[in-house]
Amino acid sequence: MAAQTLFGKIWNDHVVRAEPDGTTLLYIDRHLVHEVTSPQAFEGLSVAGRTPRRPGAALAVPDHNVPTTDRRIAIADPISAKQIQTLEDNCRTFGITLFGMNDIRQGVVHVIGPEQGFTLPGMTIVCGDSHTSTHGAFGALAFGIGTSEVEHVLATQCLVQKRPKTMEVRVDGQLSPRCSAKDVILAIIGKIGTAGGTGYVIEYTGSAIRALSMEGRMTLCNMSIEGGARAGMVAPDDTTFAYIKGRPMAPTGALWDQAVTAWRQLATDPGATYDAVVELQAETIAPQVTWGTSPGMVTGVDGHVPDPHTMRDEKLRQATERALEYMALVPGMPIRDIKIDKVFIGSCTNSRIEDLRLAASFAKGKKVAGTVHAMVVPGSGLVKQQAEQEGLDRIFKESGFEWREAGCSMCLAMNADVLQPGERCASTSNRNFEGRQGAGGRTHLVSPAMAVAAAVEGHFVDIRHWS
Amino acid sequence: MDAFTTLSGLVAPLDRLNVDTDQIIPKQFLKTIKRTGLREGLFYDWRRRKDGSQDPAFFLNQPRYQAATILLARDNFGCGSSREHAPWALLDQGFRCVLAPSFADIFYNNCFQNGILPVVLTGPEIQALFEGVTARDGYRLTVDLAAQHVTTPDGVAYHFEIDPFRKDCLYRGLDAIGLTLQHAGRITEYEQRRRTQAPWLFQDVG
Repeated sequence: MAAQTLFGKIWNDHVVRAEPDGTTLLYIDRHLVHEVTSPQAFEGLSVAGRTPRRPGAALAVPDHNVPTTDRRIAIADPISAKQIQTLEDNCRTFGITLFGMNDIRQGVVHVIGPEQGFTLPGMTIVCGDSHTSTHGAFGALAFGIGTSEVEHVLATQCLVQKRPKTMEVRVDGQLSPRCSAKDVILAIIGKIGTAGGTGYVIEYTGSAIRALSMEGRMTLCNMSIEGGARAGMVAPDDTTFAYIKGRPMAPTGALWDQAVTAWRQLATDPGATYDAVVELQAETIAPQVTWGTSPGMVTGVDGHVPDPHTMRDEKLRQATERALEYMALVPGMPIRDIKIDKVFIGSCTNSRIEDLRLAASFAKGKKVAGTVHAMVVPGSGLVKQQAEQEGLDRIFKESGFEWREAGCSMCLAMNADVLQPGERCASTSNRNFEGRQGAGGRTHLVSPAMAVAAAVEGHFVDIRHWS
Repeated sequence: MDAFTTLSGLVAPLDRLNVDTDQIIPKQFLKTIKRTGLREGLFYDWRRRKDGSQDPAFFLNQPRYQAATILLARDNFGCGSSREHAPWALLDQGFRCVLAPSFADIFYNNCFQNGILPVVLTGPEIQALFEGVTARDGYRLTVDLAAQHVTTPDGVAYHFEIDPFRKDCLYRGLDAIGLTLQHAGRITEYEQRRRTQAPWLFQDVG
């Protein structure tokens, strides 16, 4: 048999039928559901008189709308409350497991899947959310879908797909001290552009990727979509298996051994080829900061805001001028001179226990600058509990950070956590689009370590040299 | 879903790169549990000036584009969030076709689920259409799905590629779920085979 990629093996394992033109009915193993992109799908099922084919393959959780303040108080926004109530009603009607708002297991959908062992290698996983790419960290094929496809998967456990192309993004070498997976993925997006991965599934390879923890790999795969790729993957290895073992929904006993044996076969075969290859050297990656309104508008913290006048492509120049106007930045200014008003540590990109441990280690004994408002939003109730057991909450609070309940929060500001017009935020989230964190708000994407340092200093600093 | 055969309509130009779905429809409109009535949220922030008043410079606020059914756009249109509210809002405004040099994958796919035809033309072709639509009022295009071409008022026809399966579904307005359910037997066979090979995949949640 010809040498195959990780992606190719998983794809082939999930083909239910294929037309001569390549149109494929692809089987979906797991389906994550949240309150924002599912109500119309359930309504569609009801209208057509259909029922979920495998309700036991789905897991639902409210995350986008949930308040990050005291959960014992009813949600102030009646429209948000109704959407969450609708999810609860639909899960009851259709027999889908729900981690409700007051369940300790509630959290950001892409945090709880891995945390519960719901996400496993070799699976196909979908969710009505573009950051489903996160789960590819386990060597799964995981991608975001629209609401019509949510309904399709509920009704049929399948999706109609065309086989995407494959891209290898190879990162070799050793990351600089205090540089992280977030810096790697931002540097990759800076290199390939926000449409560079369109039509591709990315497999991240190389010694720098192998050295990442599972949580780092999740951060990496999470932002594949910001590079245009619907899915990003890392081949499963002992790091992966150690992370999964013992989680509530992971296989146990003989089934575990059987699964691990199968998972060891998933890695890309020697000699398998990709449709495109991109290479980076880890040592060249500085801590990254976005300066614009698209994740590809990014540079090292030791860099400068670009000058549109030096850009020859007219469309690119216009887009840059527009971004700098929105961001209120001056061409040529050092990134380190950018002053910030808010700091958000959280989101499906950077809200797991390792992120919080790292952030706390930098916050310890320091104070958030008087001009800065900073908040930490754990990725799930269990992450919050773990952090509190380790005393991380006390470190954050003593440093002047707010310590919140789990949810998507200010990553997309659907709940009450929003930037005011003109406010500037150092954020560990994934999108710096105009208005993403609140109309008129200005977002700079950074790693958790960089966010803490910015909170303390009131402006960006090079974390490699920060004492 | 409404079938898409031939569309002859007014064109509205949105001359920006990387238009993300957060701009097409911001978060506050995602709290709905319906697919309809999303027109109000379409390009909500871009339609307004800082003081909250309507910005007459924005294309959708100009009377000449009010009745447009074809949206002309730039590269990487629809990037970012998977929200299907983006095509729902475009549809609610009256758009049935979007022309661009490239689209983000999830948005492109979501269009087909809602009877909207996303057409990929080359950069120079899109540029020529931008020049045409800004040069004169009432600029119309005819989009013929069967023939796979877009025809300008001057009679210039641009050919476009489209996946045959998607084309057929859109042309006939087919129910995609209904089509898949015709293969229910094959799905059951697949499940039986996989359950033997990889039983851990069939451990139910809950």
